[in-house]
Amino acid sequence: MKFLTSNFLKCSVQDCDKSNDNFPLKYNGESCQLEQDESLDFNPEFLLRIIDRVDWPAVVSVASDLGNTSLPNGKPDFTNEELSEEDMVILRDLHTLLIQTNIVEGEMTCRNCGHIYYIKNSIPNLLLPPHLA
Amino acid sequence: MVKTYLVFMVQVHLNFRLAELESLADLYGIKTVDFTKYDRESPFFIVELENDQQARDWISRSILTRAIYEYWGQGKSYEELHASVQHNPCFLQYKQDYRNSSFKFEFDNFGGSSGGKLDRVACIESFKYLDFQGPIRMKNPEQVFTIIEEYEPLGDNQAGEVPLRLFFGREVQRSDRLRGALEKYDLKKRPYKGTTSFEAELSLVSANIGQVKPGTVMYDPFAGTGSFLSAGGHYQAMVIGSDIDGRMIRGKGTQTIRANFKKYNDSLQFIDVLTMDFTHNALRSDFMIDTILCDPPYGIRESIKVLGAKDPERFVGKENLEINGQKAYLLRDYIPTKKPYSLDALLDDLLQFAAKRLPLDGRLAFWMPVANDENIETIIPLHSNLELKYNCVQEFNKWSRRLLVYINRGSSFNGPTNVGIERSKENFRDRYFNGFN
Repeated sequence: MKFLTSNFLKCSVQDCDKSNDNFPLKYNGESCQLEQDESLDFNPEFLLRIIDRVDWPAVVSVASDLGNTSLPNGKPDFTNEELSEEDMVILRDLHTLLIQTNIVEGEMTCRNCGHIYYIKNSIPNLLLPPHLA
Repeated sequence: MVKTYLVFMVQVHLNFRLAELESLADLYGIKTVDFTKYDRESPFFIVELENDQQARDWISRSILTRAIYEYWGQGKSYEELHASVQHNPCFLQYKQDYRNSSFKFEFDNFGGSSGGKLDRVACIESFKYLDFQGPIRMKNPEQVFTIIEEYEPLGDNQAGEVPLRLFFGREVQRSDRLRGALEKYDLKKRPYKGTTSFEAELSLVSANIGQVKPGTVMYDPFAGTGSFLSAGGHYQAMVIGSDIDGRMIRGKGTQTIRANFKKYNDSLQFIDVLTMDFTHNALRSDFMIDTILCDPPYGIRESIKVLGAKDPERFVGKENLEINGQKAYLLRDYIPTKKPYSLDALLDDLLQFAAKRLPLDGRLAFWMPVANDENIETIIPLHSNLELKYNCVQEFNKWSRRLLVYINRGSSFNGPTNVGIERSKENFRDRYFNGFN
């Protein structure tokens, strides 16, 4: 699962929707195995559209779970008509993080109900036991 | 100022062809096409457009057309055709515009062929009044001029011999079909596929009627082996899929959905697939999904299941079960139980989800199977926020399936609804295996 996808996933338990703690999930940094997929080419236009849809505080939170504390607290702003060299450096970094970083194995937990979800063979499993379904 | 163009279509999937043309015209803001002149019996459609760019936008993605031409003329014979070309009000302008372009002539036909009887060189010579001065180039000419001969087929598999009608035009855009999309996405050549994979042609058509747009998010909640994800990736959407059956989306060894995207050179478009029950959705509620495109389980090859216990009593207290001091349901290899669910309920959930998650004017497109009974009316699921835009039928022997396409019009739409009402009395799966008797 791409790092990016962590930005789209909340807890599946419907009761947790009432809480503000069901997104993002908390990633267990020790159990998460990361891999870089360098075959995915950098495409600034594509990335800008992605960043548009990203919840930035959640990016910062999950990155920190996984040991990356270098991200700024505020969402980078790319509203200038032409991208500067500095913009391109930031975009390349975000490409590496959001698109190329793959969580191959790992665990994530809902901060509200504590349910644990697993990522196996790069696919997150969001199914629930009957008492939570 | 509008110009006249000729669309040359294919005579297949006629129940889908107009919907595809309308949807693509709408997608590119093309408003000058008079669809009342569209004739489903004919492969030709003469339209007016503002410019070549519109023609290129419109037809470039199309699967159920061959190409679009700047219209120069037509006739029942070559004599009539030449007269028509020379009487075209744009004739002098066109002649001037392409006077010095490199060019070639091509022949295309429908319903038959001249069978080699037509002297092509002499035929091309008969257009010498066009007075083109540019060089003839067989490879990459600036302009391609096409003569299309229409024949009346003598029978289902018998080609006609005498042309009924002739068209002449300048090629503006070849369709996605003519540029090889069907061969590219052919299931036979796909690394990962399964019994539920959806064929290339109609999955691409579905993506066109669903208006899957470049750079937007498309979601398939019943992704299976990823057929619709591939179609969405082809039209440059960012695609996400989910399925309650993890084995399907995982694939086997090197045969994976990811490998399909790699083969198609669309790797960047593939976001992820999730093992997830669509009715217990984990996509955060403010994550914007632009299009939903899917083929829900009919219960034929795969039964319809959602999370939960079929027999709840058996599971009472099971949440307290521990293995080696850890709650069993929190273990990595825990497999949750699933319970059967009806197609009606699943489709209701799908419509609710679409009404909640799609932007205004966003489309939901899905396939629904129907038994062909003379006296049982097919009830199409309806939601008060969703306009049912298309209901395209593909007929099989004793059953059919429909592509249903809805547009989210928001809560002020107040359309008819039948959500929550039992629509089909009988199980489609049972009927299918009983041969619809």
